[in-house]
Amino acid sequence: MTDLDQTAPATVDVTLRVNGVEHTRTVEPRRLLSDFLRHDLRLTGTHVGCEHGVCGACTVLVDGDPMRSCLMFAVSAQEHEITTVEGLGTQDSMGPVQQAFVECHGLQCGFCTPGFVTTITAFIAENPDPTIDEAREAVSGNLCRCTGYQNICKAVVRAAEITRERADEDGAR
Amino acid sequence: MKPAPFVHHSPRALDEAVAVLAEVGHDGKVLAGGQSLIPVLNMRLAQPAHLVDINRVAGLDTVTVTDTHVRVGAIVRHAQLEKHDEAYAVLPLLRQALRNVAHPAIRNRGTTVGSIAHADAAGEMPSVAVVTDAVIEAVGPRGRREIAAGEFFEGPLQTVLEADELVEAVRFGRLAPGTRTTFVESARRHGDYALAGLGLAVDVEGAGADAVVRSARASYVSVTDIPVVVDLTDAVAGQPVSSPDWSAVEDLVQAAIAPEADIHASSDYRRALAAELTRRALTSLTTETIESTGGAA
Repeated sequence: MTDLDQTAPATVDVTLRVNGVEHTRTVEPRRLLSDFLRHDLRLTGTHVGCEHGVCGACTVLVDGDPMRSCLMFAVSAQEHEITTVEGLGTQDSMGPVQQAFVECHGLQCGFCTPGFVTTITAFIAENPDPTIDEAREAVSGNLCRCTGYQNICKAVVRAAEITRERADEDGAR
Repeated sequence: MKPAPFVHHSPRALDEAVAVLAEVGHDGKVLAGGQSLIPVLNMRLAQPAHLVDINRVAGLDTVTVTDTHVRVGAIVRHAQLEKHDEAYAVLPLLRQALRNVAHPAIRNRGTTVGSIAHADAAGEMPSVAVVTDAVIEAVGPRGRREIAAGEFFEGPLQTVLEADELVEAVRFGRLAPGTRTTFVESARRHGDYALAGLGLAVDVEGAGADAVVRSARASYVSVTDIPVVVDLTDAVAGQPVSSPDWSAVEDLVQAAIAPEADIHASSDYRRALAAELTRRALTSLTTETIESTGGAA
């Protein structure tokens, strides 16, 4: 192996599959996944709060599991299926967690909401009928400075309900 | 809050990773889950010129259970080990401790071996490593070597690992049959850094309400510079599980720990907390003994 400093490229081509669509961009290896999503793909639904893994605002789903996009490099996220809040519903066709946040007043300023929506989506997939205590535990890794969390916990339980209702409707059809 | 530039290496095989690290280790870091390293890079507390990303190295993502140990590869995520039923069956302390490691989103990416190599005094898994007499399997340009967990940690964030070595796996030792374990900690919010905490392994003789404690070992979180095993046997041996007296435990714990003060808690508070958590952990394990071995309490 020769001098690595000279042979290594300053930028790399990164191909990511986000919300079912493949994108390739040329970026520096230090590009955080959060910045890749926001700056390079213009998917600004993912919010950046603390940038050291504490606040949870930037949480996205990686192969269905919630992870901090500020604590991953885009270059390391290749070969995985990334889901952002944009992939979980639209204004006209909201996902169950989004619908529950609306119904329960689960947000005020909305900055932290994308991280909650992704985290809760993964949580209710594993726990389809959570108690309010389990709901509180599930969101303990996400910070919200407006709501006081009560309505967010209610939204977790409601989101699980909506998911079950929609599954029943689909089954009845 | 963005990392300084670095060269990213993404080896696919272990010998390739070792070769790259041999060349750049003096100014490089190994990247596994990155849940401790990337915050450090984002805050520019470290600016390594090279990152050796081992996430794509084949063969490092497995958990193997044998008669003597649970071997955890370098890129096994905390969540993967936590959900591993075979590992839980033979060494429940792993899952008991992992439930306290940060929040689920961090456990989905962070690695158990990485947290041990990172050697944070507030980390749960270094503490589990010492109390289970784990063996650290290191590999570097001079070959492989095995390091006992008790000799691995040198100080906060410091280990005996050389700059050109990486940890390939950690073998957690299985405890003697019948050993009961628990992991308890106290944090402002579940998943945050603990103010104090401990992993505890207790051996009892006899069954039900007649059982007595034979021995106990603990290792602590956030109250010692490096994880060390505190042998509590002198303070608890012979105590009947039905009406134990834990009054001798406090002095033993106090002599073994040296908590630092910070904005979250004073040194004295952490001392008191560590002793109280030890008593509670002992009580929960001995109560469990009465219930699980069928004695009427």
